[in-house]
Amino acid sequence: MMATQDVIARSATTTERPSIREIGEVAKLIDTSKCIGCKACQVACSEWNDLRDEVGTSAGTYDNPIDLTAQSWTVMKFAEYENPGSGNLEWLIRKDGCMHCADPGCLKACPSPGAIVKYANGIVDFNQDHCIGCGYCITGCPFDIPRISEKDKKAYKCTLCSDRVSVGLEPACVKTCPTGAIVFGSKADMKEHAAGRIADLKERGFDQAGLYDPDGVGGTHVMYVLHHADQPSLYSALPDEPTISPLVSLWKGVTKPLALLGMGAAVLAGFFHYTRVGPVRVEEEQENAELSEPVVHQVDPSVHVVDPKEPRP
Amino acid sequence: MTNHWSDIQNADLVLIMGGNAAEAHPCGFKWVTEAKARNKARLVVVDPRFTRSASVADLYAPIRTGTDIAFLGGLINYLLENDKIQHEYVVNYTDVAFIVKEGFGFEDGLFNGYDADKRSYPDKTAWGYELDEDGFARVDKSLSHPRCVYNLLKQHYSRYTPEVVSNICGTPQDRMLQVWEAIAETSAPGKAMTVMYALGWTQHSTGSQMIRTGAMVQLLLGNIGMPGGGMNALRGHSNIQGLTDLGLLSNLLPGYLTLPLEAEQDYAAYIAKRTAKPLRPGQLSYWQHYEKFHVSLMKAWYGKNATAENNWGYDWLPKLDIPGYDVLKVFDMMYQGQVNGYFCQGFNPIASFPNKAKVSAALAKLKYLVIMDPLATETSEFWRNAGEYNDVDTAAIQTTVFRLPTSCFAEENGSLVNSGRWLQWHWKAAEPPGQAQTDVVIMGGLFHRLRELYRKEGGAYAEPLLNIDWAYRQPEEPTAEEIAQEYNGKALGDVFDLQSGAQLAKAGEQLSGFGLLRADGSTSCGCWIFSGSWTQAGNQMARRDNADPYGMGQTLGWAWSWPANRRILYNRASADPAGNPWNPEKKRLVWWDGGKWGGTDVPDFKVDSPPADGMNPFIMNPEGVARLFAIDKMNEGPFPEHYEPFETPIGRNPMHPDNPQAISNPAARVFKNDMELFGTAKEFPYAATTYRLTEHFHFWTKHCRLNAITQPEQFVEIGEVLANELGIKAGERVKVSSNRGYIKAVAVVTKRIKPLTVDGQTVHHIGIPLHWGFAGVARNGYLTNTLTPFVGDANTQTPEFKSFLVNVEKA
Repeated sequence: MMATQDVIARSATTTERPSIREIGEVAKLIDTSKCIGCKACQVACSEWNDLRDEVGTSAGTYDNPIDLTAQSWTVMKFAEYENPGSGNLEWLIRKDGCMHCADPGCLKACPSPGAIVKYANGIVDFNQDHCIGCGYCITGCPFDIPRISEKDKKAYKCTLCSDRVSVGLEPACVKTCPTGAIVFGSKADMKEHAAGRIADLKERGFDQAGLYDPDGVGGTHVMYVLHHADQPSLYSALPDEPTISPLVSLWKGVTKPLALLGMGAAVLAGFFHYTRVGPVRVEEEQENAELSEPVVHQVDPSVHVVDPKEPRP
Repeated sequence: MTNHWSDIQNADLVLIMGGNAAEAHPCGFKWVTEAKARNKARLVVVDPRFTRSASVADLYAPIRTGTDIAFLGGLINYLLENDKIQHEYVVNYTDVAFIVKEGFGFEDGLFNGYDADKRSYPDKTAWGYELDEDGFARVDKSLSHPRCVYNLLKQHYSRYTPEVVSNICGTPQDRMLQVWEAIAETSAPGKAMTVMYALGWTQHSTGSQMIRTGAMVQLLLGNIGMPGGGMNALRGHSNIQGLTDLGLLSNLLPGYLTLPLEAEQDYAAYIAKRTAKPLRPGQLSYWQHYEKFHVSLMKAWYGKNATAENNWGYDWLPKLDIPGYDVLKVFDMMYQGQVNGYFCQGFNPIASFPNKAKVSAALAKLKYLVIMDPLATETSEFWRNAGEYNDVDTAAIQTTVFRLPTSCFAEENGSLVNSGRWLQWHWKAAEPPGQAQTDVVIMGGLFHRLRELYRKEGGAYAEPLLNIDWAYRQPEEPTAEEIAQEYNGKALGDVFDLQSGAQLAKAGEQLSGFGLLRADGSTSCGCWIFSGSWTQAGNQMARRDNADPYGMGQTLGWAWSWPANRRILYNRASADPAGNPWNPEKKRLVWWDGGKWGGTDVPDFKVDSPPADGMNPFIMNPEGVARLFAIDKMNEGPFPEHYEPFETPIGRNPMHPDNPQAISNPAARVFKNDMELFGTAKEFPYAATTYRLTEHFHFWTKHCRLNAITQPEQFVEIGEVLANELGIKAGERVKVSSNRGYIKAVAVVTKRIKPLTVDGQTVHHIGIPLHWGFAGVARNGYLTNTLTPFVGDANTQTPEFKSFLVNVEKA
C-alpha cells in the first residue's frame, strides 16, 4: 500500500486531497506484438498476491481461466483474426486486467468512502476493508474488470502491485514476463518506449500500429502497443472508445452528492440500506434489473459455482 | 546447440522449424525478441500449426507433419540453383570438393547396399571418400569431378523442385518461396540465420536426417560457427543436455566416448578404431586423443584397479551384442517377458512412451519395479484402476512396485547443463519434504548393499562392481561437489608438457582442461568434455560475471561452457580463410592477430595454427571440414531423403511412388508386433501430432495448482474446416482414436490449423497436447501416448511422436 499522503482521489469523499507531494505518474506498457501468451504473468500475479483460483475446465479455447475472477486479476485473451488486407492469420493475444484509468469509472461509481482510491502515481486501488460489495464499480468500469468474491462479497482487481511499486519494485507480472512484452516505468518513458516499438511494427508492415491510452477515461496507466490500434476491439473486445457509463455520471452528478449529504450522521446500517436501494433504482430505469443481491452476482462470472471434482455433463 | 541462448541476439534471421520456442522455451525465446530489436531480425516459423511462435513471426508457412526433409531438400536445390551459397565458406570449410568412392549410388529411393530382410544397409563401404596412396581423401577444388560431393549433392536434390516439394509438404508454393528467399539472403558473408529446432524434428522416424538437412542448409549458407548462426537444439528438459554429455544412453560412455561392441574384445583395436587419423594434410582430427580421454575415464571409475596391465579395466566394460538397448528396445523386451526388474529414475514411461497399452502390459510382466521420483507418477500407479483413464484389472497385476521419493533439483546442490552447453551451478533452496532422499543417496545405498552381497556370496563376474573406486568422504552420500570435481579430473601423478617437459600439474591437483589428460594413467577424468569446469581455481560453473566487453553476448565469465568454455562451436569458421571475421563490425568472434587466435570467444581451434597452414575449422572431423555427405555415419544414407511417416495420410511416397520399400524410412527398426499396429489412412484419415503447451512442463506440473489453473483440462486442436465437416463445436468432447487406442478430450476448434493439399488430397491435422494423466491436481485425462506408434528414428530410436494417424468423432 502507498502512503495516505499519496491518495489523490477517494471514493464517496469530498474532502480536499493531499497535494504537497510531487509524485510522477507510472505506467505499465503491454506490447501485444511481443506477447507470446505464456501466462507467466497470470501465475506471477497469483503467487505475489497469494491467490489460488479454482481448477476450471477447458471451454475449447486457450483462455484459462476463461475470464477475470476475484482470484484471477489478470488473464490472457486469445483472438484469431484473419487479416483481410494481408491475407495472414493473426493470433492476437492480450493480457486483460485493470487499466488504472486517470478518470476511473469505478471510483466515481463507488458509494463507500475510501473503498476505491487513486494514488498520485496513477494507481487505482481497492481497499477491501471499506468495500460493501455493492458492485457499482463493475457498472462504472468501461473495461469490465472488477469482480466480487463469492467468499467475502468484496470487489477485487489488479492493484498494479501498489505494494511493490511503493517500495520501488516493478509489478510482479512485469518482473516475470520472459519476452519483455510487459514493461513498467514513468508514463512518459513508457510512451517513448512505445513509440520505438510502434516504429518497428510499422517497418514490419503494421501500418496502423499504435498506442492504446484512451482519452475517454483520461488516459490509462496500463497501456497497450497494438498492431491494429485502429481496431482495438479485435483484441478480445478491448473497447474502441471506452467511456464511463452515463449511469455513473448520473449517479455521480445528481444522486451521489445527495446521498452523501443525506448520509451526514447516518448510522452504518442506514448507509447500507441506502446504497443498496438507491442505485438499483437507477438501473431499474434502464433494464428493469432484479432488485436484490443477485444483480451484482449476475455480472460477475466469479460467482458461478464451479466444482472441479464434479464430472462434466 | 552449436551456439547458445543469448547468442541468438546476433541473428539476422531466426528460423523456428521443428520446434515452437515461444511455447516450449519462453524464457530462451526472449533472445529472439532481442534479435528483432538489435538487428531488425525477421522471424520465420514453419509448422503444421500456427503456433505461439508463429503469433509473433514475420512470416509463417504451414507444412505437413513429417515432411521437413522435402521442404529443406527443396531449399538446398533452390540455394544451389539460384547461386545463393556462401562460396568461400563452402569451398574451404565443407566437403564439397571431396571425391566419393565409386559404387556409391542412389536408385528409386534406396542407396546402394540395402538389405530388405534386415531393414538396413549392412555394407556401407561405398559411402566414403576415395583415398590416395598416403591415406588422404582425394579432392577436386574445381568441383568438376562428377563424383565430388558438390555434384552428387546437386544431383540428389535436383529432384526437389518447388512443385514436387509443395505437393509433398502441402505448403503453398508462393509462401514456400517467400521463406526460401528470406533464408537465402543469409548466404551473404557476414549475415547469419539461426535455426531453432526441438522435438518437432527429433521425434520422427527420419528425425536425425531432418536435423542433418537443416545443418546442410546452414553449411551452404555459411552459418555454422557464426555468431547468430548455428544449429540450435532446444532441449526438452532442463538437464537433458547433461544426460547426453554424461553418456546416459545404452551405447555411450561419458563425453561421447562409445561402448565397445561384442566383437571388440581387443583393447588396442577398440582404441585404434576410434583414434581417427587426419584424412587431409595438416588437419587436427581431435579424436586422435581418444585414448587419453578413455584411460582417464577408467581411472576415474576404477582408480588404482585400472592399470596398463589390465588395459585399464577394459574387460569390465560391457560389450554390446546389439547396437543399443534404447528404451524402445528395453520395453519391447519387457513386453516379451525378458525383463524381471526395472529401475525407473526420473522417468514416467507409461505417460512418456508410445503405445501406452504396450508399455502398461510390459510393466505388468515385471517382477518388481522401482520408482525414484519426486512425484507420484502414473508409472508408479500403472496398476491402479483410474476408471476410463486407466482401466486395468488391478488384481491381475502382480508386479511389486517400490516408490522411493527423491528430492528435486531445487532441493540439492549441483549443476545443470542448458541447451547451450553451459554448466550452471545451483544451490539448494529448500529441504526435501518427508522421506525424500537425493538420487545419489539412493543409488549409493544400492551400490553398497549390492557390493556387500557380492563380497559375501560371490556371483557371476562381480569384478566390474567390486573394483569400483569409491573414494568419497562420506561413502553413503557422495556430494555434488565431489562428483563435479571427479568429472573435471585431477592429476594422479605429476603431469608434464609432452614437448617441452615443463610441469603442468602436480599430483593431486585439479586439472585445468582436457589438454592435460594422459593415456598413461597419470590423470583421471570422469567426463573429458567437462574438464576445466572445476579447476584448481575452484568451481567455474558457479561464476556469475555477465560482463560482455565486446557486446557480442558471449559472457565468458558466466558459468562455464563445454568444451573449454567455448561458447560457439566451430567458431574458427566465423573468420575467413585468412583469419579475419566475415563481418568485422557486427559478427566478430575469433580472429588471427598475427601470432595467435583470440577474440570475443574462446577459439575452438589450435590457437597457434596460422591461417597459412590451412588447418580447417571442423577439428573433430578427420577431414577438417564439415560433411554435407555423411559418409557412413547415418543408418539410412549419406544424403537425407524424404520418406513418409510410418503412418502416412497419403499412403505412398510421392518421391518414389512405385517402390513400396521406400515409402517410410527403410532403415528404421520396427518390431513385428508394432508393425501390425500401424493404422492406415482409410480407417484413420487425419495426420496427428503431439506437443507441449507453455502452461505445463511434461507430466510434472499437472501436480501444481497454479499450472493446473492455467490449463486445467485435456484438449485437442481441430481446424475449423474439419470441425465444420464433422459438426464439432469448440468446447464439445471428442473421441480421438488410432489403431492403438483412443482418448477423449475437449475440442479446441481453430483457424490456426488449415487443411493442406497434399498429393492431390486434402490432409487435415489434429493437434494433441500431452500433459494430462490420472495423477495430479489438474483434471484427470487420458494419456496422450495411448495413441502414438511404437517406432523410432533409424539412428537414435527417438519415437515418432510427431506424425501418426487418427480418426476423430464426437464423443
